[in-house]
Amino acid sequence: MDKNSNIDIINNKLTKFNLAFLNNEQNLILQINQAELINVCKILKTDSDLDYSMLIDVCAVDYLTYGEADWTTNDATNSGYSRAVKQTIIPEADETFTNRFAVFYQLLSLSYNKRLTLKVFTTESNPPSVPSINKIWNSANWFEREAFDLMGIHFKGHPDLRRILTDYGFIGHPFRKDFPTNGNLEVVYDEDEERVIYQPVSISTRPSVPKVIRDKNDRK
Amino acid sequence: MTESNLTLNFGPQHPAAHGVLRLIMELDGEVVKNLDPHIGLLHRGTEKLAEIKPYNHSIGYMDRMDYVSMMCCEHPYVLAIENLLDITPPRRAQYIRVMFDEITRLMNHLLWLGCHGLDIGAMALFLYCFREREDLYDCYEAVSGARMHATYYRPGGVYRDLPEQMPKYQANRYISEKKVKRLNYNREGSLLDFIEDFTDRFPSLVDEYETLLTDNRIWKQRTVDIGVVTPERAKDLGFTGPMLRGSGVEWDLRRKQPYEVYEELDFLIPIGLNGDCYDRYLVRVEEMRQSNNIIQQCIQWLRDNPGPVIIDDNRYASPKRSDMKHDMESLIYHFKLFTEGYSVPKGEVYSAIEHPKGEFGVFLMSDGANMPYRMKVRPPSFAHLAAIDEMSKGHMLADVVSIIGTLDIVFGEIDR
Repeated sequence: MDKNSNIDIINNKLTKFNLAFLNNEQNLILQINQAELINVCKILKTDSDLDYSMLIDVCAVDYLTYGEADWTTNDATNSGYSRAVKQTIIPEADETFTNRFAVFYQLLSLSYNKRLTLKVFTTESNPPSVPSINKIWNSANWFEREAFDLMGIHFKGHPDLRRILTDYGFIGHPFRKDFPTNGNLEVVYDEDEERVIYQPVSISTRPSVPKVIRDKNDRK
Repeated sequence: MTESNLTLNFGPQHPAAHGVLRLIMELDGEVVKNLDPHIGLLHRGTEKLAEIKPYNHSIGYMDRMDYVSMMCCEHPYVLAIENLLDITPPRRAQYIRVMFDEITRLMNHLLWLGCHGLDIGAMALFLYCFREREDLYDCYEAVSGARMHATYYRPGGVYRDLPEQMPKYQANRYISEKKVKRLNYNREGSLLDFIEDFTDRFPSLVDEYETLLTDNRIWKQRTVDIGVVTPERAKDLGFTGPMLRGSGVEWDLRRKQPYEVYEELDFLIPIGLNGDCYDRYLVRVEEMRQSNNIIQQCIQWLRDNPGPVIIDDNRYASPKRSDMKHDMESLIYHFKLFTEGYSVPKGEVYSAIEHPKGEFGVFLMSDGANMPYRMKVRPPSFAHLAAIDEMSKGHMLADVVSIIGTLDIVFGEIDR
């Protein structure tokens, strides 16, 4: 079976739902509505023609700085390129998260030997949320906890949504694009107090290599 | 009687924890009632760091994911970049990658076997396993210069061709000429000769390990019927690799979704029947024999087919040093590649390989820049460790050690 018929099968089985197929057929991505996630997943897992019996991975993505470069070199003139890299500015995060966070689920069908990526945008409310699919695939448990910890996405209905990778008492969600790579707090030994204390970081973020976007990619 | 339950802290510094695993255990006498793993003590934010570095800079970070099977961690990352760039490495590079993937599998399984045995009380095995691992580390060193963190796979191929000479021991006041001669007996030829000598010896060495364990009464008492996982549960819990095959599901990405040159190679996929620790042990031991077989096939092919090992495209691979001396273009390409890197077309891709521990995947998202917009590693051990609570419930405290061993966890990739 080629990937084309995969799209057809999914389309036939999920006629009731809003579907959008992204990407090429090699790495098929199915974008769905977060409100319909649970129902779509149930069908994807239980339908005998689809049989996505495994959830391999859950990945949350923050689209805040998507497509923004540190250094644009497209406006080369007679005077040459701009010399300096612009200071990496962390944009003010909006309270409504319109199209900001998405969750990618990697599904695998053992019986048909097929992969499928589901893409779901979270709700726009604060905190952003999607329904938990832990009841459908139990492997979602820790992957959703990880996405909650690092990206601050609430998985509604998750039985045990605790932080998993960061330190006890950590504040913030480090993989969000408005969280500085250097972090906010550092741990030092304070000689006066004779104990280990937290204090604001003493270094500032400085790009070692500027992020450059070359859309055309036309050097051949 | 919940009043009598005892809450016990295990780790994070405990020899049987295989790294920095902290378990909060609730015990009823010696029976495990509840098990809550606390992880993240080795969290370094690798995926965040990858977002501020050109693509090639992060290959070395991938070695530090699963630090006992280094090259296998580089592999899916490099595959994902190649997929987005739409480039294919030369055949010889693919064979070299497969050979080193299998060498890495041996390294991983040898460490697993030694440590798993040590946890349960088989001390001698640990020493034997590490003796063999030493030779495999020498292969890493010969090919990349580093014994562990190789950074050998590159988008478009591998860093350099297999060396024609093996590094040799040298006599000094502590090691006599006679001993050096004995140590160097298999280092006189090329790296391929050295690996071939190893693969000739290795099956009999696996036999040695098996005489120590397979029919050993204590070994069986500690592993048979411990941590049983049914095939349905294994799929539901996201198990992959030997954990899934140990439960009797025939699933191996090398066979089912072949990458590189696996479809041309002849090997068998062992599966277990009962899904207990003993079956997973048998599966992994048989995998070592099969890997040995694959390495031998690769050696043969690599001997017969010399050729380039990285694509001839200076946008992604460095030009030759000798060219840069007289060719301006090469100098420019070199400068651009090593300062800015290459821009990768927009898109999302998920690449996975059959890592020794299971399916190791990399989800890579590019917004057209010279660094990933988002990079997510899918570590096999993460899903396996998540199931430790379910596997251990109702078992004795001592069996938790067997179960941690059989999961084959490494914290570099769990915590990332």
